[in-house]
Amino acid sequence: MKVGKKKASLILVHLLLLVLVVINLFPLYWMLTFSLKDNDEIFGGYLKDDTGAIIYDASGEKIPVARNMIGLPRTWRWSNYTKALNTGNMGRYFLNSLIVSASAIIITLMAAFMATYAMTRLVWKGRKMMNKFFMLGLTIPIHAALVPVFLILSRLKLLDTYTALIVPYAAFSLSMGILISAGFMGDIPYDLDEAAFLDGCTEWGIFGRVILPLMMPATATVGIYTFLQCWNELLFATIFVSKGEYVTLPVGVKQLVGQHTTDWGPVGAALAIATIPTMIVYVLLSRKIQEGFIAGAVKG
Amino acid sequence: MKKHWSYRLSVFAFLLPGLILFVGILIAPIIMSVFYSLNDFKAISGSDMTFVGLRNYVELFSRQLANEKGTLFANVNYMGDALVNALVLGALSVFIQLPLALIIALKLSKGIRGERAYLSIYFMPVLISTVIIGQLWMNIYEPDGLLNAALGALGVRDQVFTWITSHIHSTKMPFKGGWTGYKETALIAAFVPILWQYIGYHMLLMYAGIKGVPADLLEAAQLDGCTEGQVNRHIVIPYIKPILKVCVIFAVTGSLKSFDLIYTLMKDTRRAELPSTLMYKLTFLNNRYGLGSAIAVVLIVLCFAFALLISLAFRDRGEKVA
Repeated sequence: MKVGKKKASLILVHLLLLVLVVINLFPLYWMLTFSLKDNDEIFGGYLKDDTGAIIYDASGEKIPVARNMIGLPRTWRWSNYTKALNTGNMGRYFLNSLIVSASAIIITLMAAFMATYAMTRLVWKGRKMMNKFFMLGLTIPIHAALVPVFLILSRLKLLDTYTALIVPYAAFSLSMGILISAGFMGDIPYDLDEAAFLDGCTEWGIFGRVILPLMMPATATVGIYTFLQCWNELLFATIFVSKGEYVTLPVGVKQLVGQHTTDWGPVGAALAIATIPTMIVYVLLSRKIQEGFIAGAVKG
Repeated sequence: MKKHWSYRLSVFAFLLPGLILFVGILIAPIIMSVFYSLNDFKAISGSDMTFVGLRNYVELFSRQLANEKGTLFANVNYMGDALVNALVLGALSVFIQLPLALIIALKLSKGIRGERAYLSIYFMPVLISTVIIGQLWMNIYEPDGLLNAALGALGVRDQVFTWITSHIHSTKMPFKGGWTGYKETALIAAFVPILWQYIGYHMLLMYAGIKGVPADLLEAAQLDGCTEGQVNRHIVIPYIKPILKVCVIFAVTGSLKSFDLIYTLMKDTRRAELPSTLMYKLTFLNNRYGLGSAIAVVLIVLCFAFALLISLAFRDRGEKVA
C-alpha cells in the first residue's frame, strides 16, 4: 500500500516536471514554427502566390487559408531564412558578435590570469586589499560607465568601432574572471612554484611555464562566462555601436525586427539564427557552462 | 631578501593590465558620473557644462522632468515610478521566482531519475539573448498574438477583456488586448518572461548548493526519523543560506539594473518605465547627460546598498540559528 502511494507521488512529480519542460521549450518550438510560416498561415488569410497577389479559384472566389498559429508549418518557407540573412544582414552581425566576444575573452583571460597570479602567488603587502578592490566590480552596474565611456569614446572618435565594445566588455568581465581564476589557481600546488624558482625561473617564467599550462580548465570556464556576457549584451551595444557595419547580433536583431514588425516569418528566422548557435554550444558544453555560472555565484 | 625592486616591479606589471581596464572603465567613470551628475550639459563635448549642485537629483524625482529644449515630458514623477517598478519586479522575483526555484531544486536534488536532464532544460533560457525573448513575448502579448488567440480558443477572451477593463484606471480606453500597452498589465507582462528566463538560473545555483550538503548530515537526520519536509527546513535550507543570499542579491540588483527586456518588449517603455530605460531616454534621446548621470549614481548607490542590506539580513538570522 505504502509502496503504491510512493510510486503514485513519484509519477506526479515527474508529470509536474514534464509540464515545466513543456513550458520551457514551448516558446522556442513556437519561434521555430513561425519562422517557417508566412502571416497568412499564422493569422489566417487568403492564399497568395509568390509575389503576394491573391489567388482566386475557378469561380473567382478568394481561397481562405485556415489560421495555424501554433501547429507545424504546412509549407516550410525556408525563404524566410534567406530573407533574414540577405536583407537582414544577419551573417554580418553574427561575425561582428564573434569578433567582439573573442577579443574580449582574450583580453579578459590575460588580464585576469596575470592579476590573479600577482594576488595569489606573489607575496606582497596589500594583495588582499587589491583583491577586494577588484571584487567591487561584481556589484558595480554597467550604468556607471555608460555616460562617461560614451563621452570618452565619442571624443576619441571610437564610437561605431569594435574597440568601443571590446574594451568595456573585457573590463566588466574582469572581476568575475579573477574570482573564477583565483579558485582554479589556488588548487595548483605551491611546491611547483618553489621547484621552478630553485631551477632559476623568474616570476614571469613560473607564470608562463608552470601556471598558465595548468590553467586550461579555468580558461574554458572564464571564457564561457565572458562569452555569454558579451554575446547577449544590449545596453552598451545599443549606445556605443548603433550605426554602421559594426553592429552586434542583439542590436542587429532589434533593428531587423523594427523594419519587419508585421512580417513574422523573417523576424522568426532572424531570432532562430541568433539563437541556434548558442543552443548548439549549450548542448555540447552544458556541464561546463553550468559550472561557470555556479563558480561565479557560489563565492560572489 | 629576494623582494628587491625588481620583484615589486613584476608584481606591478602583473597587475597593470587588469588595473588599467578596471580603473579606466569602472572606477574612474563612477567618479566622473558623480561629477557629471552635479552639472547640467547637453553637448557631447561638455562645452556648455554648468555646475548646478544637486539640482539634477531634485529634477529627477520631481514631476518637472524636461528634455534638452526645456519642454516638460509630462506631469509625472518618472524616476519615482521607475524605482517603484524596479522594486516591484525585484519583490516579485524574490517572493515568487525564488520560492518556486527552491521547491523544484529540492525535488530535483532528491535523486529523481533524469534530474540533470531536467535541470539542463530549465537552465537553457538563461543563455538566450533577452532581445530574442523580448521579441518572442511581444508576439505572445500582441493584440493578434498567441495569448489572446489562446484566450479565444478557450472561449473566455471577452470575459477576460471586460474584467481587465473594469480594473484599469490609468486610461478610459477599454482593454483591447495589447498586454504591454496598459500601465496595469505592462509590469506583470514583463515579469512573466523574466520568471520564465531566470528561474532555471536560480534553480541551478540552489541545486548545486543542495548537492553540497554533506551526506552524513542527511543520513543522521533520517535515522532520527525526520520527514523530508523537516530535513529540508532544518538542514538543507540553513545549509544553503549563502547561496540563497546570492540569489536574492541577484534578483534585486538584477531588477534595478534591468533594461533589455522592457526595451525590447515594448515599443513605448513608458507603461513600465525602469531606471535604465529612463536613463537611456534622458541621456541618449534627449542629450541630458547630467540628468542621466544622476540616474547612474542613484543606481550605483542602490545596488551597493541592497547588496549590503541583504547580506546583513542573512547574516543576522544565521547567527541566531547558531
